[in-house]
Amino acid sequence: MPESNVTNILVVGIGGQGVMTATEILAEAAIALGHDVKKTEVAGMAQRGGVVSSHLRFGPKVLSPQIMPGTADLLVAFEAAEGLRWCHYLKPGGLVLMNTAQIVPPVVDLGLYDYPPDPIAEIRAKGYRIHAFDAMKIALELGDVRLGNTVMLGAMADHLPFPADVLLEAIVKRFRARKPQMVELNQKAFEAGRTAEKAAAHAKETETA
Amino acid sequence: MPASNPSRLFLSGNEAVARAVWESGCKVAAAYPGTPSTEMLEVISTYPEIYSEWSVNEKVALEVAIGAAFAGSRAFCAMKHVGMNVASDALMTLTLTGVIGGLVIAIADDVGLSSSQNEQDSRFWGRFAHLPVFEPADSQEAYEMTKLAFDFSEQHQVPVILRMTTRINHVKGLVSVGTRAEHPNLGGFKKDPARWVMTPAGAGRRIPLMFERDVALAAAAEVSPLNSVESGRDRRVGFVASGPTYMHVKESFPDAPVLKLGFSCPVPVEKIRTFAATVDKLIVVEEVEPLVEKELKAAGIACHGKDLLPKQGELAPNVLRPAIAKLLGEPAPEHLAPPAPVFPRPPTMCVACPHLGVYYTLSQIKNITISGDIGCYTLGAGHPWNALDTTISMGASMGIALGLDKGRGEADKDKRILAVIGDSTFLHMGMQGLLDIVYNRGNVTVLLLDNRAVGMTGGQPDPGSGRDIHGEPAPRVDFAKLVEALGVKKERIHVVDPYQLPVLFKAIREEIKIPEVSVIITDQPCVLIDDYKKQKPYEVLDAKCTGCGNCIEVGCPAIHVVRREKAIKPSGKEVELQFVRIETSVCTGCGLCVQPCAPDAIVPADPSKPIRLVKH
Repeated sequence: MPESNVTNILVVGIGGQGVMTATEILAEAAIALGHDVKKTEVAGMAQRGGVVSSHLRFGPKVLSPQIMPGTADLLVAFEAAEGLRWCHYLKPGGLVLMNTAQIVPPVVDLGLYDYPPDPIAEIRAKGYRIHAFDAMKIALELGDVRLGNTVMLGAMADHLPFPADVLLEAIVKRFRARKPQMVELNQKAFEAGRTAEKAAAHAKETETA
Repeated sequence: MPASNPSRLFLSGNEAVARAVWESGCKVAAAYPGTPSTEMLEVISTYPEIYSEWSVNEKVALEVAIGAAFAGSRAFCAMKHVGMNVASDALMTLTLTGVIGGLVIAIADDVGLSSSQNEQDSRFWGRFAHLPVFEPADSQEAYEMTKLAFDFSEQHQVPVILRMTTRINHVKGLVSVGTRAEHPNLGGFKKDPARWVMTPAGAGRRIPLMFERDVALAAAAEVSPLNSVESGRDRRVGFVASGPTYMHVKESFPDAPVLKLGFSCPVPVEKIRTFAATVDKLIVVEEVEPLVEKELKAAGIACHGKDLLPKQGELAPNVLRPAIAKLLGEPAPEHLAPPAPVFPRPPTMCVACPHLGVYYTLSQIKNITISGDIGCYTLGAGHPWNALDTTISMGASMGIALGLDKGRGEADKDKRILAVIGDSTFLHMGMQGLLDIVYNRGNVTVLLLDNRAVGMTGGQPDPGSGRDIHGEPAPRVDFAKLVEALGVKKERIHVVDPYQLPVLFKAIREEIKIPEVSVIITDQPCVLIDDYKKQKPYEVLDAKCTGCGNCIEVGCPAIHVVRREKAIKPSGKEVELQFVRIETSVCTGCGLCVQPCAPDAIVPADPSKPIRLVKH
């Protein structure tokens, strides 16, 4: 049965946040470990502020590229409301790693719809686990909002079926080839994300919501 | 380790096709960009051995490829599904002449409508034009079938359609690749008017040859290794599947027998008949239309298909499993958690998009009907502008506007008719429509939104860009001269800056009053291309903002409401005030929102302050 050996990771967010790049790097790490890998996006006009969802599946053999609702091992949400929108893709009791930054679309500013008042509480109420922190703030503190996706990769690092170093190596490899001056900063962003996620996981256990 | 093998690459279906086109020794490749097909030509353009171009439309792209194939070279053409509607005039005669050099036509069907105005099944073009259709199921097959398609094309002197869907084009998987082999030109263009000049008499003589070819193609499909049977232990149901549906079937029913169709037109009916006899029930799984299913039923082969499965969208495992469980009389798979109700996040115009000012202006004008077109500016139909009344197909805004004018009823007597079209769209199919408006003395005001790129597909260049597919300088069309040459009076042509709202407003207001064709050209680059120059951002002075909300009506995604308040106007009417803030980290300083702001609350941002993210 292919299913049981396949890891399903769903990464979601808004066009321009680096969702697809982060998933690509995750895919490269899985390839480096010798897995069969498939990756697909639903990015319909995402460049225009739409929703991006990137499906990554890896294991000995991957057939369908799509993750089915109710089967994702991990949901990584680059935006709070998107975490809520996609959480039904998780296995029962599955884990959401969430950037709490909120990106409000024009339809909400126009007063046509409401932004969910507390996405984290809603996700918890559905029985999923969630570790949430402000990745955008961390990226800005490091000097560049575009580091946000590396921060989120750092958050994933301890929830993958392979060592964190493999993922970090995939990040370093990518930047070494394209923007060598950004290697060190991305390493920092990765570690910052990893630390923030650990803190969020700890906070979750000591308090509610 | 596979990863250490450099010949194994992680490629999307589009990238895999491009690689195979290169390896096959192809000489000429042409396309008009369109999701989900665009990346095929983008990648091919990086190979110096291949002449590549963005053509003005798919018909021209196919014609360029046809010419190269007639000249004995291998040629490639790519398009999205709706593109073949445009190219089909050439295709339907090409099928009579056939080719010399191998010609592969990749058609990308947007199953699930990620970014298209319809969902159509391009396998019908294979039927309609009597051409073979290959259907890859993943990136590896996209690569292999493209190579096979070139060989098959030359062997049978027939163009081959490579039918792909979004889940092939945009799925990345591992692909074992080879190296490029030079493919010799097959002897140059040989004069043969009886074959290449399709007069009625000449075409009439070629039609019987097409029917002969049908027989050869049907025989080839029956024995092709691209159509293969995979046995399975659970013979209660057997599947016929092609393209991505094959993967979905294998994922959902790993023990069921499957006949995989890689060469799906002509349908290998006898092969399927033999397979059907080995299973209790036969199920045809196809996206989108029941094309194979109907052919099997016509041949007397009992099967299920669209009686169980949706006629729209993708047939992923979450769709397949419950449908087949029902057929088997099994309980439906475990009930899954329902999705949470979250606000929709529709695509919108970019921050500072030059079209914002156009739609803001149009939304302020009453008593107009606006005929729209395909491209970013279709988003003008959405909030807050609601400024488009029709959208059908590329270039159609022109003819439809003329029809709205000529066919108007008494109720629309005083309505002004406007048509909105982009630069690439105008060059693609709009020019002829404008000529028709001029020729037939239509009363239409045309807004030609020149943003110097094919914006919606990612800013690819067009003849209005001044650059070619490689980014090299190219002649730039002069739209004012072009529309004048089509017969628009010089005094009815205006070139305006869409960021100058009063100028734009005045031009539109004046021209809609004049009962003849006018063209207003807006000339500012797409914010996503290199020509766009960012300026310093603006910010809102909280103390000055009165909450009037005028700036929100511009529709720029950088403007956010941070506070709403109810207020009573002197007239006694209750209004909602909306106090705003500008996301300075993304504002490019275009100044559009500054213009409708009465209290002058929007000012250049203080550079000493940190950039501001808006968070509720």
